[in-house]
Amino acid sequence: MRNKFDVELEALNTDLIEMGSMIETAIASSITALIQRDLHSAERAIEYDNEIDEMERRIERRCLKLLLQQQPVATDLRTISTALKIITDMERIGDQAADISEIVTRLAGEKDLLEIKNLKKMAEATIKMVNQSIDAFVAKDPVLSNEVIAYDDVVDDLFNQSKTELIHAIQTDSRYGEQFVDLLMIAKYFERIGDHAVNIAEWVVFSITGQHKNQKIL
Amino acid sequence: MYKFQIENLNLFYGSFQALFDVDLNIEDRCITAFIGPSGCGKSTLLKTLNRMNDLVEGCRITGKVLLDGEDIYYNTDVNLLRKKVGMVFQKPNPFPMSVYDNVAYGPRTHGIRSKAQLDEIVEDSLRRAAIWDELKDRLRRNALGLSGGQQQRLCIARALAVNPDVLLMDEPTSALDPISTTKIEDLVQELKQDYTIIIVTHNMQQATRISDNTAFFLLGKVIEYGPTENLFSMPRDKRTEDYITGRFG
Repeated sequence: MRNKFDVELEALNTDLIEMGSMIETAIASSITALIQRDLHSAERAIEYDNEIDEMERRIERRCLKLLLQQQPVATDLRTISTALKIITDMERIGDQAADISEIVTRLAGEKDLLEIKNLKKMAEATIKMVNQSIDAFVAKDPVLSNEVIAYDDVVDDLFNQSKTELIHAIQTDSRYGEQFVDLLMIAKYFERIGDHAVNIAEWVVFSITGQHKNQKIL
Repeated sequence: MYKFQIENLNLFYGSFQALFDVDLNIEDRCITAFIGPSGCGKSTLLKTLNRMNDLVEGCRITGKVLLDGEDIYYNTDVNLLRKKVGMVFQKPNPFPMSVYDNVAYGPRTHGIRSKAQLDEIVEDSLRRAAIWDELKDRLRRNALGLSGGQQQRLCIARALAVNPDVLLMDEPTSALDPISTTKIEDLVQELKQDYTIIIVTHNMQQATRISDNTAFFLLGKVIEYGPTENLFSMPRDKRTEDYITGRFG
C-alpha cells in the first residue's frame, strides 16, 4: 500500500534538504564576501537567491499536490504542513543572504572597512542556527530544534552589542557614517536570519509533537 | 451524561470472540465514527447497540451497554429499544411500497392510525431527511423507483419517523455516488442537533469531515478513541497512525 505516497514524501524530503543546503551555501558565501571582501562570493550569494526562489515554488507545488491527491493525516499531514511553512523562512534567509552580499558589493570600494568583531560572531552564530535547524528537520530532532530556539538569545545579544559598537563608531568618526549604517543593516539581516532559523525549528517541533510554541494548534 | 456507556463488553459468535473488553462512552448529540479494517468488530459493536445481534444464532455477550443509564440487555423491550435506536444500512432498503407508506410504516406499527397525524409525521420526517422538496409530489409512487441517494435519504426519513434518539448508520454512503454522499453527509450534520449519531465508515475522509469523535478498532478491540481532530492529526497509538495513513488495512 501507499508506495506512491511514500516515494513522493521522500522526494519532498530530498528537495527540502537540497533547499536547506542551498541557503547554507548562500549564507556562507555572504559571510565569506563580508569577512574577506570577496566579490565573487557576494555574486554567488546573489545568484543563489533565484535558485532558492525556484526551489520554493517547486516544493510548494509538491506539497499542494500531496494535499490534493493524498488528503494526508497524522504524521503525513504535519510533515507536509511543516514543509509549507518552513520554505517561506528558508526563502527569506536566501533573500537576506543576497541583501548582505549586495551591501558588501557596495562597500567593496571603501578603503577602511571597520573590523566589527561582534558582526563576525553574529555571522558564525546565525550560520550555526540555520545549519542546526535544517539538521533538526532532517533528523526529526526536537532537542536540537529547542537548542536552535534557545540560541536566538545569543544572536540577539550580539546584535545589541554590534549596534552599540556601531553607534560608538559613528559618534567617534562621522566620516564613515554611511559605511557604519550599512554594517548595522548587515547586523540586522543576521539577526533576522536567526529569527527565521527559530521559526524553522519551531515548525520542526510541531511536525514531531503536534505542538507549536508549546500550544496545540490542531 | 453520555448517551451510551459501554462497559467491559465482550461478544462471542459461538466460540469465536468478536469483541474484547470494549469500554466506550458515546456523547449525546454528537457524531461518533467507528473506523477500522474489515472484520475489526465495528459493525458488530454497532449492532449490539440496538440488539440486532440477538438475531444471530450463537451470539453471546458479557458486559454492559447502558442507554441513558439503563442496561439494554437487562429487562428491556427490544421493540421499544429499536424505536429509540434506529438503524440505516449500507445498501438502501426501502420497502416495495409507496414513499408515503415507507415512512408511515413505523408509526403505524406503533399504533398511529389517524391520517392527519400520519401526514404530519411523513412530511416532518421527509423534511428532516432533506428530501421533502424532491418527493412531495411523488408520495404515492413506489419507493423502488427512486435513485440510490434518494432511497437512502428515504430510509433515514423512515428511521426518523418513529422519533428515535439515536441513529446507527452502517456505511450509509458506500453504495452512493459523490453527490448523494455529500447530501447524506450534510444531512447527518444537520441531524446531530437532535439525534445522537453513530456511523461505521470505511471512508476515513468522511470520518474526518463529519464526526466529532472517532473510535479506531482492530481485531475486536478499541485501540484509540477521542476527538476526531486529535485522532487524525496526532494519534496516540502507532497502530492508529499506521491504519489512518494507509500503511495497513
